[in-house]
Amino acid sequence: MGKFGKIARRTFLIGSAAIAGGVAFGYFKYKSPVANPLLGDLKPGQAALTPYVLIDGTGVTLITPRMDMGQGVYSLQAMLIAEELDIGLDQVRVDPGMPSPAYYNTALSHEAVPFDPRDTSMMAETMRGVADAAMKFMGMQMTGGSTTTPDGYEKLRIAGAVARETLKAAAAKRTGVAVADLKTEGGAVVLPDGTRLDYTTLAPDAAGVEPVTEVTLREPEAWRLIGKDVRRIDIVAKSTGTQVYSIDLEPEGVVHAAVRLNPRRSGAPASFDASAAEAMRGVEKVLPVTGGLAVLADNTWRAFQAADAITVEWPAAAYPAEMQGHWDLLSAGFTKDNVDATPREAGDVAAALVRAGEAVVNAEYRAPYLAHAPMEPLAMTVLVGEGRADVWAAAQAPRFAQANVAKVLGLPVEAVHVHVQMAGGSFGHRLEDDAIRVAAEIANQVKGRPVKLTLKREEDMATDYPRQIAMARAEGAVADGKVVAFDLGIAMPSVIASQMGRQGMNIPGPDSQITAGAGDQPFAIPDYRVTGFRVPGLAPVSSWRSVGASTNGFFHDSFLDELIHAAGADPLTERIRLMDDPEGVKVLETVGEMCGWGASLPKGTGRGIGFCRSFGVPVAEVIEVRQTEAGIRIEKIWIAAGVGRVIDPQNFANLVAGGAIFGLSHAMSSEITYADGMVEQPNFDAYEGMRMPQAPVVEVKAVEGLGRVRGIGEPPVPPAAAALANAIFAATGQRIRELPLSKSVDFA
Amino acid sequence: MQFKVNGTVHEADVEEDMPLLWVLRDVIGLKGTKYGCGVAACGACTVMVNGEAVRSCQTLAGDLAGAEITTIEGLGTPGTLHAIQAAWVEHQVAQCGYCQSGQMMQAASLLAVTPKPTDAEIDEAMEGNLCRCGTYPRIRAAIHAAAASIQQAG
Repeated sequence: MGKFGKIARRTFLIGSAAIAGGVAFGYFKYKSPVANPLLGDLKPGQAALTPYVLIDGTGVTLITPRMDMGQGVYSLQAMLIAEELDIGLDQVRVDPGMPSPAYYNTALSHEAVPFDPRDTSMMAETMRGVADAAMKFMGMQMTGGSTTTPDGYEKLRIAGAVARETLKAAAAKRTGVAVADLKTEGGAVVLPDGTRLDYTTLAPDAAGVEPVTEVTLREPEAWRLIGKDVRRIDIVAKSTGTQVYSIDLEPEGVVHAAVRLNPRRSGAPASFDASAAEAMRGVEKVLPVTGGLAVLADNTWRAFQAADAITVEWPAAAYPAEMQGHWDLLSAGFTKDNVDATPREAGDVAAALVRAGEAVVNAEYRAPYLAHAPMEPLAMTVLVGEGRADVWAAAQAPRFAQANVAKVLGLPVEAVHVHVQMAGGSFGHRLEDDAIRVAAEIANQVKGRPVKLTLKREEDMATDYPRQIAMARAEGAVADGKVVAFDLGIAMPSVIASQMGRQGMNIPGPDSQITAGAGDQPFAIPDYRVTGFRVPGLAPVSSWRSVGASTNGFFHDSFLDELIHAAGADPLTERIRLMDDPEGVKVLETVGEMCGWGASLPKGTGRGIGFCRSFGVPVAEVIEVRQTEAGIRIEKIWIAAGVGRVIDPQNFANLVAGGAIFGLSHAMSSEITYADGMVEQPNFDAYEGMRMPQAPVVEVKAVEGLGRVRGIGEPPVPPAAAALANAIFAATGQRIRELPLSKSVDFA
Repeated sequence: MQFKVNGTVHEADVEEDMPLLWVLRDVIGLKGTKYGCGVAACGACTVMVNGEAVRSCQTLAGDLAGAEITTIEGLGTPGTLHAIQAAWVEHQVAQCGYCQSGQMMQAASLLAVTPKPTDAEIDEAMEGNLCRCGTYPRIRAAIHAAAASIQQAG
């Protein structure tokens, strides 16, 4: 365990282990020490041991800087810290903390470089080092990319261990007992005679001793919390209506705001008439904001009603007004000039396809724009005072929100305090901060009064930056019962360019998301190529749960399934034969065992497999569907996922099941379309998804021990659509190549 | 106007057409009932009026004279969980949790009329309650568990 002594130094001096390529992105700044964000706010009697643990006379607070949007990461982060700190989850408070550059997300930058996340070659590690530096430079504290677990797995346990050892040092100093004779248990240092010194009483002493950073992490056999079913710390609140979300905050003197924002994203209104709105009961005033208008009123409903009463004309959109225009752009987008990257190029596909001649298999696939539409619409509160502003919001990237609010208000960044809230779902929605900026603009016009902006559902849907639309064209060949050639081109807008552009950033190089979930799949096909085409001119888009892989997982695995059927091979056996990764093989074998693959099924029933490795996690899903008089019924889904190690088994299974259902829900019946430059689905009655009667039985299994620790928020999504389409093919013989599948079949 | 919520009478000066949802949240200050869609398409705002589940976003203030309104806060509290809430905790149903107040109120209304529901009866009763996190399988399991525990206590 000696190596863990080094980890503390690597993590907290941040960077001594990073590969020092050292050229780009301000490496010098990367090397400079990072101020502890908690020291500034410390009160007398408090001691901040590390940026993740805060102890005072009233208790122990664990700082969990990654936002919880339902994935249970407050619990998970607290577990990792508490495991080493020797304290129960019922003995701590959990606080998302203030945004700070010290919480930069290392694992996220690993996903930002165009390398297979499992590739540990020199080149890949070097690039990750540079990306780390860039991430640090930008101070990116971001919840996304299923990174909380891999990012925190060591970092948070070390934080707990450093805190524990420092408390022991403080106890040794106070009592004269040697550190080696001290134990820790249940939030206290225990002396040999059984005397317990609570961490809370040791906190002032601990502030006076040098932090102990040479620590040894516990062996898995000694874990009390990790790998055990632990009751989520938010579960009672969420089962009693007492969980507070952004939308529930109501500070003293709050004024309620609603907005009408440009649904075509084309700037200020061409004209508007707010006279009717201004005359309505409870309305204080109507204000201009960037790209629209805001109403201030004495309650949410009155603000909504008044916003609806404004008549407004908007300029034309910069993207095509109708859907046909969007598809035309994609269809014409497979050009040499648009090639963004060719991340997979094995053998000679062109020659293989010529050899196959007439036997070449062709297919074209489509996937629509989708809304994030979390159950809690966007809502936030902003209070602008003299030289200070406070923001209460469920922000996935609070540092961006902080910087943007500072810019809006003309304040220094450190004068803006972002209080991250629990989110009622997100799926990537809360990575964007347009609404927070607008709330700040409103609050700046009524200084000294807290403004709570709530987006009406229709407003939230109209101004959401959707999941990318995408199209794929594929050609392939089979021989001797095997898949031998596979050529896939994918055309889509660049999500990263669109999203980071709104943050004023230009990310150079290819956008790995254009081919993510397709160009990085662990298959060894002799002649194999995947090309990404970056298509300009489409609607602005944003990261949606699993990002590029959400469309590409469907394209890649649907076409693989088509080829396997063309070869007359077994869908499971042939995928295993082609698989080039032991973890992927195990995942496929596991899902096969779980469902009893190969068993004979009644007529009208079929099973399909979907496989995708995204965010480093190979996931295989088998879906069983049955044809009924009312349409296709999804009976059951079996899922196996390779995650290295499961931290919280119950939450793992729930998150995997939920992710697959999320994927199926959209694959079945969801789409966002534009007409006259505006979204045509204003609410849940038009943006359909899975409901209780359609929910299948779900069985989940983890494959552990074959890879690094990974996050599971996103990887279950990409295989779902492919598995469902492949199952429908197995049951009916109908091959569907366009999402949502409800365009082609009915669902029971 | 008067509103009897969880046994307590509240006085509120609101429009006849103000939805109960906003009377509860913004006027009375009970935030457990959630706003999801405003058009009765998601069920997040479900409460019980005279024992029956309704969408509070489409229930107007002017129609509630003399009605007994029950919200999630009236079902049980963290200290004294209702059997349904206990089952929700036990099965760790919630992920983001935002739709769950409505889910539990709908389930409470179901179990009041149908103490031992079949899967088909659960499907029918719960179809209007949307969950974007995909917790449906656990909601189903928790409803069965709550039904059993209520019967046992019976």
